[in-house]
Amino acid sequence: MDFLRPASWEEALAVKAEHPTAVPIAGGTDVMVEINFDHRRPEYLMDLTRIGDLYEWEVGDDTVRLGASVPYAQIMEHLRPELPGLALASHTVASPQIRNRGGVGGNLGTASPAGDAHPALLAAGAEVEVESVRGSRRIPIDGFYTGVKRNALAPDELIRAVHVKKADGPQQYSKVGTRNAMVIAVCAFGLALHPETRTVRTGIGSAAPTPIRAKAAEDFLNAALEEGGFWDNGKIVTPSVAKQFADLCAAACNPIDDVRGTASYRRHAVGVMARRTLTWTWESYRGAHRTTEGAA
Amino acid sequence: MRVHFTVNGRPQQADDVWEGESLLYVLRERLGLPGSKNACEQGECGSCTVRLDGVPVCSCLVAAGQAEGREVVTVEGLADHARQRARGCGESGGSCGTSLDEAKAWKPDGADSQTGEGGELSPVQQAFIDAGAVQCGFCTPGLLVAADETLERNPNPSDADIREALSGNLCRCTGYEKIMDAVRLAAARQSEGV
Repeated sequence: MDFLRPASWEEALAVKAEHPTAVPIAGGTDVMVEINFDHRRPEYLMDLTRIGDLYEWEVGDDTVRLGASVPYAQIMEHLRPELPGLALASHTVASPQIRNRGGVGGNLGTASPAGDAHPALLAAGAEVEVESVRGSRRIPIDGFYTGVKRNALAPDELIRAVHVKKADGPQQYSKVGTRNAMVIAVCAFGLALHPETRTVRTGIGSAAPTPIRAKAAEDFLNAALEEGGFWDNGKIVTPSVAKQFADLCAAACNPIDDVRGTASYRRHAVGVMARRTLTWTWESYRGAHRTTEGAA
Repeated sequence: MRVHFTVNGRPQQADDVWEGESLLYVLRERLGLPGSKNACEQGECGSCTVRLDGVPVCSCLVAAGQAEGREVVTVEGLADHARQRARGCGESGGSCGTSLDEAKAWKPDGADSQTGEGGELSPVQQAFIDAGAVQCGFCTPGLLVAADETLERNPNPSDADIREALSGNLCRCTGYEKIMDAVRLAAARQSEGV
């Protein structure tokens, strides 16, 4: 094994071009487990922790450009107003020690269906900025996950940052597990209201071969909210609408039975989380709506 | 490969380090610092918790090469780290020099310079003893490092704060209540300036 230590992003791209099998390591919370357990013996290990750019974020007008290695602890502490869903998701990651090391870039690189960041990214809307010596491109999050622990990266590409849409409405995140800490999701659900476009987006974790959106459920809910004038009148979402939305979210799942839970439990739990996160976010939206009305 | 880094304020060098080796292995097997414990090797148990540039991390998940040039504080250096903090020195430990008067006043106190045995304890270590928070002791070093950092950041933690701060450290014997007591005790003593 060779330990490669690029001092800059350009150097890292050159190394990756020369050694496409090089395994990038930042927080190490996935890679080191595999090495410690002898599940993986990469020929080259490429340390990205010297590249300061990967640990920075910029808040723009519409998006946050989040460096690939910004640890979850920083997201929780500094980006809650802009990225509330991702901040909540970050808080459910493992433990303080892991949140101090791990970041979204690693979650995307590993592309586990159970990665905590994915449902929040899907719900908020995001693009993954990847680069190789051939050039830079942005992969929309919907097209990023291509299979179980597979993503759209080419062998010579590295994840540099993720551009996440700043919240324009309430966002929520929910995760099922046996404890509040140190848990791989049995399943997880992210939901974001986007009042500016009058749409709702979802993200489902650990209930299909890849993280997914419940698109049929979104379409149904978007139509129902529009039809009932809910975005304007700020009324409570009709229970039958919430139930239909939850059922469609459950139907979007394609889960497996495993040690953490059965397929049918996962489907059920996703439905429950869908209903709850819709209620939480919509109540918060209505609250804001009423405040605005009162002020006007 | 060769790795240089600072451990508990002293520059260290480890030779013949395998590229896939963890910082934990280097500390224990190459530098003779067995305080950080090796249990799960997957970041689940927190027994190997150390401070890396001031931040608590699982040393089993840090590749040795990633520690190059960094500052590490292990449980062996916790008492020194706490002392320096009390004197108002740098946060990450080891960054603060010894004054000439202090150096002149230094006397060997019977402490083993490698293991820290026989030396003074940090307040959080003393609190663990006083509260009976140590049973088999295997999880203790990781808990001490995590608890010490918590109190550094948040001198008056609520019970929920303590639980969350220690949520990455597993203990399989005492059932956590005495550990909670110990952290509350350390916090209370700290705020009273005892």
